[in-house]
Amino acid sequence: MDTPIQRYNNTAMALHWLVALLIFAAFPLGVYMHDLPLSPTKLQYYSYHKWIGITILLLVIARVVWRFTHRPPPLPESTPRWEVVVSHITHLALYGLLIVIPLSGWLMSSAKGFQTVWFGVLPLPDLVEKNKELGELLATVHQGLNVFLFLLVGMHIAAVIKHKFIDHDQILERMLPKGKSK
Amino acid sequence: MKSLLRIVLLSSAVFSSFASAVEFKQVQANESSVTFGYKQMGVNMEGKFAKFTAQTSFDPAKLAKAQARIDIDLSSIDTGSEEANDEVVGKQWFNAKAFPSAGFISTGVKALGGNRYEAMGKLTIKGKTLDVTAPFTFQASGTRGLFDGVFTIKRLDYNIGEGVWTDVSTVANEIQIKFHIVLIAAPNKK
Repeated sequence: MDTPIQRYNNTAMALHWLVALLIFAAFPLGVYMHDLPLSPTKLQYYSYHKWIGITILLLVIARVVWRFTHRPPPLPESTPRWEVVVSHITHLALYGLLIVIPLSGWLMSSAKGFQTVWFGVLPLPDLVEKNKELGELLATVHQGLNVFLFLLVGMHIAAVIKHKFIDHDQILERMLPKGKSK
Repeated sequence: MKSLLRIVLLSSAVFSSFASAVEFKQVQANESSVTFGYKQMGVNMEGKFAKFTAQTSFDPAKLAKAQARIDIDLSSIDTGSEEANDEVVGKQWFNAKAFPSAGFISTGVKALGGNRYEAMGKLTIKGKTLDVTAPFTFQASGTRGLFDGVFTIKRLDYNIGEGVWTDVSTVANEIQIKFHIVLIAAPNKK
């Protein structure tokens, strides 16, 4: 008999999967929209991308608050020390990027002269003035950070696959809702 | 010396503001501006026209003789983003090759009380001429006359933004046009 799996609670799971879903929407959208010729569709995609980004920012702030006020389920005792360290660093970096990336996008939008209006309803303040050089710099920062995010998400998923199919441990199940009991 | 100059300037300003027949004629192009505002995906955007010419004569005491003519060089547009600047001179927007300028010619000016007035006139954009009414304020300070006004046009009335751009949920139909014209008074010859 296995010991029962200790899972993240419903709030943590909901936040994790919602953010994951939004990243998988915003990231390809960002890559795709960038090279489109100007059209109403392009303007819409840019707005959707910004709305999703700001939503991610808010959800990740909520996740950080959750993380500070809750203890995540422990890793299996068999987890090697280096894996514990690497997983902590990866998670920390993911949290950091998911805050800094939307922020850099928000600032870039202001610097390029487009205020961000969340869902077309809530105007966010322009924290920097319109400035072409700053806009281009922030665009580079936004892109660079996203390359980093891409690699980390890749690592995150690769680790899940390794734990599921090589280590055969219950790492993934900690973040999955309880299915039918076996 | 400086104070003497100031006294001369001041007294001439006082004199001219009391003079009954002062006509404001000489447009100060570098101080004047024509800007516009619009909404794009719910976001307020601002732009301007860098090049325009204006011929105006305005005497608050003789409104019937007031005249204004403004011609805007459409290729001098700054919409706020380079990508959009390239787009709006194209066929679907201003078609600036065929219609390089937009023009306003006044047909009359009405006093609304105080320093408020209303200019009626014909606005021609992209080969289409429509009547517009532009409320404005006029303030004279010495030899300088300042006109400030805002009026709203609907871009689709002039076919600005054809094809996919007729979608006004992305770029709004309403465009606010703001003008700030500085004139220098010339004494009336009559």
